Amino acid sequence: MASTSHAAHGASTEVSPILGKLGLDDLLFLHEPIVLVTLIGASIGGLAVFALITKFKLWGYLWNEWFTSIDHKKIGIMYMILALVMFVRGFADALLMRGQQAMISTVGEGYLNAHHYDQIFSAHGVIMIFFVAMPFVTGFMNYIMPLQIGARDVAFPFLNNFSFWLTVSGAVLVMMSLFVGEFSTAGWLAYPPYSGLEYSPGVGVDYYLWSLNIAGIGTTLSGINLIVTLVKMRAPGMDWMKMPIFCWTTLCTNVLIVASFPVLSATLALLTADRYLGTHFFTSELGGNPMMYVNLIWIWGHPEVYILVLPIFGILSEIVPTFCSKRLFGYTSMVYATCVIMILSYIVWLHHFFTMGAGADVNSFFGITTMIISIPTGAKLFNWLFTMYKGRIRFEVPMLWVMGIMIVFPIGGLTGVLLAIPPADYVLHNSLFLIAHFHNVIIGGVVFGIFAGISFWWPKAFGFKLNHFWNVVSFWCWLIGFFLAFMPLYILGLMGFTRRIGQEIDPIYSGLFLTATVGAIVIAAGIAAFFWSIYVSIRDREQLRDTTGDPWGGRTLEWATSSPPPYYNFAFTPKIYEVDAFAQMKREGYTRPTDGYIPIHMPKYTSSGIIISGFLTVMGFALVFHIWWLAALSLFAAIAWGIGHTFNYDQDYYVPADEVAEIEKKYTQSLMGPAE
Amino acid sequence: MHRVRTLCLLAFGALALSGCNLVVMNPSGDIADQQAQLIVYATVLMLIVIIPVIALTIFFAIKYRASNEDAPYEPEWHHSISLEVVVWSVPMAIIIFLAGLTWVATHRLEPYHDIKRIDAETPLDPSVKPLTIQVAAMDWKWVFFYPEQGVATVNELAAPVDRPIEFYITSTTVMNSFYVPALAGMIYAMPGMQTELNAVINEEGVFKGLSANYSGEGFSHMNFEFIATADEAGFDEWVQKVQSEGEDLDLDGLSKLNHPTVDHPVQYFGSYDENSWNRLVNKCVDEDDLCLNDMMMADALGGGGIDGLFNREQFRGLCSAENPGAIMALIRPGKQDLEKDIIAAMTDLPTDPRAQN
Repeated sequence: MASTSHAAHGASTEVSPILGKLGLDDLLFLHEPIVLVTLIGASIGGLAVFALITKFKLWGYLWNEWFTSIDHKKIGIMYMILALVMFVRGFADALLMRGQQAMISTVGEGYLNAHHYDQIFSAHGVIMIFFVAMPFVTGFMNYIMPLQIGARDVAFPFLNNFSFWLTVSGAVLVMMSLFVGEFSTAGWLAYPPYSGLEYSPGVGVDYYLWSLNIAGIGTTLSGINLIVTLVKMRAPGMDWMKMPIFCWTTLCTNVLIVASFPVLSATLALLTADRYLGTHFFTSELGGNPMMYVNLIWIWGHPEVYILVLPIFGILSEIVPTFCSKRLFGYTSMVYATCVIMILSYIVWLHHFFTMGAGADVNSFFGITTMIISIPTGAKLFNWLFTMYKGRIRFEVPMLWVMGIMIVFPIGGLTGVLLAIPPADYVLHNSLFLIAHFHNVIIGGVVFGIFAGISFWWPKAFGFKLNHFWNVVSFWCWLIGFFLAFMPLYILGLMGFTRRIGQEIDPIYSGLFLTATVGAIVIAAGIAAFFWSIYVSIRDREQLRDTTGDPWGGRTLEWATSSPPPYYNFAFTPKIYEVDAFAQMKREGYTRPTDGYIPIHMPKYTSSGIIISGFLTVMGFALVFHIWWLAALSLFAAIAWGIGHTFNYDQDYYVPADEVAEIEKKYTQSLMGPAE
Repeated sequence: MHRVRTLCLLAFGALALSGCNLVVMNPSGDIADQQAQLIVYATVLMLIVIIPVIALTIFFAIKYRASNEDAPYEPEWHHSISLEVVVWSVPMAIIIFLAGLTWVATHRLEPYHDIKRIDAETPLDPSVKPLTIQVAAMDWKWVFFYPEQGVATVNELAAPVDRPIEFYITSTTVMNSFYVPALAGMIYAMPGMQTELNAVINEEGVFKGLSANYSGEGFSHMNFEFIATADEAGFDEWVQKVQSEGEDLDLDGLSKLNHPTVDHPVQYFGSYDENSWNRLVNKCVDEDDLCLNDMMMADALGGGGIDGLFNREQFRGLCSAENPGAIMALIRPGKQDLEKDIIAAMTDLPTDPRAQN
């Protein structure tokens, strides 16, 4: 029996006026060997990237062409890169956790103490949801949606750049916590009272709060931006019911974002007030009530699940018809299914805590609404199925991922409905069965869908296809790895094993944990194969070159442009007559105009987004460590810069008709094939 | 019922043979048993949709592969009323059925309700009084109080087989979840609140209990043993053992016990202060803590304002946290007519009603 206390970690007692709570103790790597190794690895990697960029004199290029870019396509790609980088971090956390559990259950001793393990599972959840899945789907929506509706950019291009950098700002704060101070140990949703000052006195929860406060604003702004784009900027003739399904899912997703992220921001702001201002919204003293937080956070949290998965349903609805060379079955019912899911996702939140004891009536209500969601979701699945019926299915890489989803996702749906039955949830709640369930739908739905989307639109974004072989390897590793890693977790859940246990595990569980760890390693091989495929594809890009702009026989407008599309997207705004606009254009022998170009009105790049976000990152860091002067200064700088930006009237320009003609001519030539 | 059991056993038989003890699917308490059966029913129901979907996916993938030129190909076929009806109505039918099942089962297995039977064959004997156990989750251990027996234990719980048990659950620090997989589903333990769980254990044995909600540093070690004794005599024996081996737990000791410890050993207390549970639920274990119920009372009387000063004197002794109804009658408009009765009752009270308690 060891005596300890909540205050044992990270609570610097002295607060200096200059450095706040920041002290030498906060450089955790000094006494944590694993963190030290990670830091050295990250530093070497970071320095290598830094050196390479400097050597090839790329800083100017990156700054001018990417960081300050307000082109929705470049911002989309930057979102994807952010997500991939954070994915590696989040996955490393996953490996560490499984390794620890396997070791503890086998040899009785692990390499992570409780404090470190708790930070890792918290960081894993936060990173995977907020800084991997979210940027991935936002990246897709940014890149694809304006192209699909025939627009030249999003409605508020600067805001788009700013939203992206706010997301980066949040990610930077989370990454910083690895080396300076500590991260939250309170899990990915930071339930109070544990996340309150009394039980988590360190800086971990503060990192969590400021990171999500800042990133959350970015997400909300981006949601507004994409809704306005969809409402106001569709090409002439594109009625609502002629929009591609991906645009419909983008619309519903962003409605969810705009309606739910403010709830997250407000909830986190209240918890922040509890920690910084001494209020008592969620403490269990002085009239505070932690149950309120749990309700509020899930009022955001459940729509969030659909924010992640709806765009994936959209991606699938684009891929399946393309590779079946056939129209999507049941377009209308697909649209209604999406809208029904959007609405229902708001009235199910309580199913995350049936065990709070709300009573049979309340629990049954929320259980049944949850089950009802499976009806439109099932309808979607059937629609893809009947799209395959009487099609000509080409099993290119994107279609393989879709097949993976259609087999894995229903299993997750089944276990999800099981968890929605309150009495069943009483025995399965918080167990590894639950963990297996949501990884089943997030990996077997969202992650597979992301990889499907990447391989589908990669040629559009970069002008060459991804290497087939290595992506097939990656797919099989993921599929097999998934079953190996998560089926044991279902069984462990049925053995009554609860989540977030990282110490003292009975050896009877060791076989299952070892299998799960092997599964995680197989998935790691899948990730490695994916990164390798990127390298191989860049190396062999000439053989994989897509000269037509339409490598798969696409059906929507993005395939009507060159690969990659010109920065203005369309020389002439297309006219739309039916769903699958590009398929119709091809069928009716549409010919590209080769002259008569007119100047195109485009927005100018600006550095304000990255600079303001930079100030806000500093502010977040200063607030975490209570360095009040710096926080005030950086907030002031951010606001001042923002006001200054409003006086920048030099925001747009016209692309001369000659330049358009030049670019379009190149595409025309490439369409006619190499001059052999 | 037995057929379901068999089905369940068949389905998980292979796993059971390989050494996995699926306690959730094969529990020893009637409540958990019904919950496990519900899982099996629901799974079978859903497989009616899931299996055809997965099978059709594989079948279509093979049949309509691009290299199979013989398969029919209709690139413009995209709509069929009859198929749409099937697509929406089959899942809907199953969900309607499942929703009915959910409504009934949720009400039957509501943890706050008294149990209605001992097991599938044995009805409840109305003369048997349920065993009351108060459960407090502390950092990071479980403390059990037996108000009838007057004993308390740390990290060890006992109850006789086939007697209804009534748990009252709270936490003194952060959220936890009280869970004995073999006995019944879990319920949260929350600070400043009291939750309830009714259950019964049907088989003798020693079962594992745990916290199923992460609560910090010592969470992994927050386990306890649940001893199901063969009969009442066995339980009495256990109580006597606790009484003879255990020391007294006064409020001072309770306050010390409430400090965080990891991997706390089993500990017995032969007696405990009768205010313990109230103080735990109201988060005032330490002598100088303000109890939540007292604070709520003060707030209900008007808090620190002028109303409060007046009301506290006016109604001193009449209203207490245990009897808030009286003050509510005064505060709530529409119940003002009760005011006279209350004032009248007040004059009958002895000068210091607290002395009576």
